[in-house]
Amino acid sequence: MADILSDAWLIARKDLTIEFRTRSAFLSAVVFALLGLVIFYYSWDPTAIAVADLAPGVLWVIFTFSGLLGLHRSFGVEAADHAIDGLLASPVSRQSIFLGKAIANLVFVAAVQMIAIPALVVFYNLPLGNIAAPLIAIALLAAIGLVAVGTLFSAMAVNTRLAELLLPMLALPFFVPIVIGATQATAKLLSGRPVTEAGAWIKLLLAFDLVFVAACTIAYPFTIED
Amino acid sequence: MSSATSVSPPSVVDVQELTRSFGSRRALAGVSFNLRAGECLAVFGPNGAGKTTLLRVLAGLLSPTSGTATVSGIKLPGGADVRGKVGLISHHTMLYEALSPRENVSFAARLYRSPDIRQRVDDSLRRMSMLERADAPVRSLSRGMQQRVSIARAMVHGPQLVLADEPYSGLDESGARALTELLQDLRSSGTAIIIVTHNLPEGLALASSVAVMARGRFARYDASSNVDATSYSRLYREAISTGG
Repeated sequence: MADILSDAWLIARKDLTIEFRTRSAFLSAVVFALLGLVIFYYSWDPTAIAVADLAPGVLWVIFTFSGLLGLHRSFGVEAADHAIDGLLASPVSRQSIFLGKAIANLVFVAAVQMIAIPALVVFYNLPLGNIAAPLIAIALLAAIGLVAVGTLFSAMAVNTRLAELLLPMLALPFFVPIVIGATQATAKLLSGRPVTEAGAWIKLLLAFDLVFVAACTIAYPFTIED
Repeated sequence: MSSATSVSPPSVVDVQELTRSFGSRRALAGVSFNLRAGECLAVFGPNGAGKTTLLRVLAGLLSPTSGTATVSGIKLPGGADVRGKVGLISHHTMLYEALSPRENVSFAARLYRSPDIRQRVDDSLRRMSMLERADAPVRSLSRGMQQRVSIARAMVHGPQLVLADEPYSGLDESGARALTELLQDLRSSGTAIIIVTHNLPEGLALASSVAVMARGRFARYDASSNVDATSYSRLYREAISTGG
């Protein structure tokens, strides 16, 4: 297990170094997230819809779609000049490759969230106060589920001609339960309800994370052979 | 009294009636051969003959459909044990363009858990005359230089079996010479090599056994380096003219 995790971290560190140097997907995802916030803001009628009703949906729609930009890049860097063959021919386990990719994607999504959540708070004048910690926990739990599913489908879609179209088509149906759980839990917090009321949704997110991470790690080796 | 007994080197690759299908298409249709430590098999053949598929099966990238293949006594598809003994060179460089040659080779060395990584990385890059450009981004290098880095990457862990798929692709004369010397040195040190190439003179010069592949089979196989280059050239051209 220690070998699997150390190999996964090696692969994640390589992916993050590449993304840090190129910043192509990260900048695209941040710009997309901020543009989304602005567009929703100007289409919002505050006299008709309370901010606590609107903000959770805005937040999770933005995270879902900006995350897809990073997930598509995940195996894209391996497709260039068949770098994936070098990984697969090495003695690291397939699980390490999947987990390494997932860790890098998680850092990517979390970094986008670190910019988008404060921007949402400022734009929509949200009373963050004592809900910051549970909101971060919900964001992290949801990100784990989205990344597990998205990484698997990124691996499946990367060698197809319609990869950019196929990835959202495959991944979005599986994102639905995670996004519903995250949106509902966020709504409870933003409407001033006690954290315990969001507990059931948070447990649901946790359950999805466990199932998706385990299932996707097991399924990944079956996606890579011709 | 002294006895001079010659001990034959251990078998590194043993392939028996190996097949691999993609749907209804048979890319390998019953290939058999044996390769010992320090031997080199040169495989020639037209595009689509199954050469790359053979190497991908031996590298652990594809599972055989039927037949058996062992590498260093481990039956394929093996796990990490067998993949750690193989070095794969391809006409695709398998490099990350945003990283430098040193970072690419170092990443490979870590994947293979090589000891003394810094020294090995420098040695591999020096061997392919890439030490001076070791810290430039790979994307800034010419195709031939990238191929040199790719070769350094495949050799950094000291593989027992080298699988080289069109390794001369993109190399200039000095790069080709460095690769030939490297492969000859590897043979001398007991590494088994399978080289797939369209370059008959280079392949025949390196090989201890030679095969021409067509339609997923060895149309001709000579387990000897004493092959007639002219007859091989003719057979190779015939295989190409029939479309593999």
